Amino acid sequence: MTDLAADARKVQKSWKDIDLRAVAPFLALALLLILGAIANPNFISIDNLLNVVTRSAFIAIIAVGATFVISAGGLDLSVGSMVAFVASLTIMFMNSGVIADPATMIAVAMALAIVIGSACGLANGLITTAGSIEPFIATLGTMGIYRGLTTWLSQGGAITLRSPDILSLYRPAYFGAVLGIPVPIIIIVVTAAVGAFVLNRTRYGRHVLAVGSNEDVARYSGILVERVRTITYVIQGLCVAVACLLYVPRLGSTSATTGLMWELQAITAVVVGGTALRGGVGRIWGTVCGAFILEIVGNIMLLSNFVSEYLIGAIQGAIIIVAMLVQRSLVRKS
Amino acid sequence: MKMTAGQPSIVPGGPLLEAVALSKSFGPVEVLKDVSVAVDPGEVHAIIGENGAGKSTLMKLLAGHLQPTRGELRIDGKTVTLTGPVDAERRGTVLVHQEILLAPDLTVAQNVYLGRELSKGMVVDDRAMNEGARQAVRNLGADIDPDVVVRCLSIAQRQLVQIARVLLVPHRVVIFDEPTASLTPIETRALLKVIADIRAKGVGVFYISHRLPEVKQIADKVTVLRDGRVVARHPANELQPVDMARLMVGRDVAKLYPDRHAEGGRQTILEVEDFSVPGFAQHVSFQLGKGEILGFAGLVGAGRTELMEGLVGLRPGRGAIRINGKPRQFPHVDASLKAGIAYLSEDRKGKGLLLAEDLRVNLTLASLDKFRRSLQIDRAKERVALDRAIGEFDIRAGRKDMLVSQLSGGNQQKLLLAKMMMTDPSIIIVDEPTRGIDIGTKEQIYKFIAALAAQGRSIIVISSEMQELIGICDRIMVMRSGRIVGAVTGEHMNENEVVVLATGVKSGEAA
Repeated sequence: MTDLAADARKVQKSWKDIDLRAVAPFLALALLLILGAIANPNFISIDNLLNVVTRSAFIAIIAVGATFVISAGGLDLSVGSMVAFVASLTIMFMNSGVIADPATMIAVAMALAIVIGSACGLANGLITTAGSIEPFIATLGTMGIYRGLTTWLSQGGAITLRSPDILSLYRPAYFGAVLGIPVPIIIIVVTAAVGAFVLNRTRYGRHVLAVGSNEDVARYSGILVERVRTITYVIQGLCVAVACLLYVPRLGSTSATTGLMWELQAITAVVVGGTALRGGVGRIWGTVCGAFILEIVGNIMLLSNFVSEYLIGAIQGAIIIVAMLVQRSLVRKS
Repeated sequence: MKMTAGQPSIVPGGPLLEAVALSKSFGPVEVLKDVSVAVDPGEVHAIIGENGAGKSTLMKLLAGHLQPTRGELRIDGKTVTLTGPVDAERRGTVLVHQEILLAPDLTVAQNVYLGRELSKGMVVDDRAMNEGARQAVRNLGADIDPDVVVRCLSIAQRQLVQIARVLLVPHRVVIFDEPTASLTPIETRALLKVIADIRAKGVGVFYISHRLPEVKQIADKVTVLRDGRVVARHPANELQPVDMARLMVGRDVAKLYPDRHAEGGRQTILEVEDFSVPGFAQHVSFQLGKGEILGFAGLVGAGRTELMEGLVGLRPGRGAIRINGKPRQFPHVDASLKAGIAYLSEDRKGKGLLLAEDLRVNLTLASLDKFRRSLQIDRAKERVALDRAIGEFDIRAGRKDMLVSQLSGGNQQKLLLAKMMMTDPSIIIVDEPTRGIDIGTKEQIYKFIAALAAQGRSIIVISSEMQELIGICDRIMVMRSGRIVGAVTGEHMNENEVVVLATGVKSGEAA
């Protein structure tokens, strides 16, 4: 996590209010943990916390990709539908039986998921850049397309992994653990570490932030703005594919409602994590923290009896608004 | 004084607006100290000083954008506290901002009347507003279609629209904060005439400018600020521009422009032949020699910026470009940067620098390839480069990690120059390099440009300041309506010659 440390150091030096904004999501997370412990002693147990973090994996991983898109001044509304589409195709391929050996089958299916995810992301990227269509509209369109294709593939029902051999071999990818740490948590950390490295440490990451900060300045500096933007969508597609690789072994089934509203959750995680929706500022670890916050709020609501769990969606919606208000007030103090 | 005719309590002949011992601090920093200024009816009072001397702060206090820490404002001799710019406008004090504050997607007329739209019954009266806006702009000596969206206008045209908008407010005191910074001589002349007109109506004018000959021409009284204090105040007819410069800087400005010796028979490095940028420049041909400083003069809208943007791949253009005899095509700036051409935009805040980032990130943005250590960016190497750039270009930053938005305009320009020099270009195109920059920094920029030319680099300077082009260039190309209409060199390089070519007035071609 050297990236995290370096990032915090840089921020501390540059401006007081930015410092606050970078730290705010982590403070909120700590506050929630305390709140949860007060509400229900079971909450703070290691088992429960590992469970909560594991369940945040899908959103956390997708949101890492969303951090790239949003930092570059874009937006991707299609991620939830893309999960359903990519996972469905992956399961259908596994069901096709073109490869007899279960292990080989899983490896090829995983590679296929990565390719499809990247291709979906590339499509989003090219529509927004080469087609110069507002990302909101472009991905609203592909959101409908990916969701519709999934509904058609499943004929309105479910697509279920039929081979018990494959399922039993693949299950540990979600339910397994290494040294007591569940695999999904490891995947979150690895994805975020790679993401933070790319965004904060590499030339490409610097270009992403420059494009999001001021497209004209980036263009006049010789940066290939369209290419940088397109690649952020490909990264988003890759992250969706990685999330699918965890999703398939968990349920072994998809339907037309898979990943519904996940785009809202991913964008919420990014914004709660301190990334500016207008672009130019990206905080990968903040995003992961934001995804934890969303899941923990839901968990606290389940464990306590204060609020009906049917209100989770409303609470998550409120969180994004509160997070924006907090960011705004931190800026005004300068 | 017809505007105050209904108020008998006013002492005739007293100042319209008076600041008494104003001080303003931002945190521990006192940027203005005991400054007193006043403007009488029908008087143009120029406030001059280097960047950071406190001129803009003083004007913002007068126009209600800021509250003074100490001291008071008097309008017609009565002490007032302004609650904000709207309050100031209600009392007849209007400010023409240095920055352009217009809605880019609205038309000229919609901007001019924004917030005070004319209406006909339930709907806005577009026809009346268009006509009013056209007239308001025409009064400033320009002809801009009121139906065009502001996004399509050049910076100078936007500046004129902004002035037109402000002058529509009923006013008794008008404050101009560097109104001519982006205007050409013709437009400047028209604006000065407008100021003379409103002065004749008994309006008081505060006028800030870095262009001292202009101050000499229009002002009745000159107040010089240095480090937040008034260091001198004289009737304008007792001062020559050179005296003003001396008072501003606090020392003798011996020579603004560096000494350069003209060389004959330069080796041609860049050849442009029959180059067109659709809608902006047609069939342009010119050559640039090694170590040469070539000026591009012309009126606003002559297509100089667009031509250069087309050459480096920022706009679609067609024609032949040869570098050292080899034909080249630049589909994107990336390609022209690699070929050794750097273009510094006239819009340093909008297109040159990332204002919300620090100096280091900005410095290396165009040359990140040089700062790679395997996959990573080598931050230590970036810091070394920043230290060197700060020394080399005398960038004055309080802290190295401050944001670029906190730098003064002059230091931003130096940083932009440093940034583009990181790409080690052999051809440097600078667009309005000294716009809105104080005289001390201007002198430095000229020295840098001359030094770069002495290193054997070739430089193209686009500027609306004729004196500047004549002072530093070896040769000046003059453009009019997208075409090169002439070149001046040697003893022919004088303002008159250039203006005649730029306007086409003498040859009778101009409309």
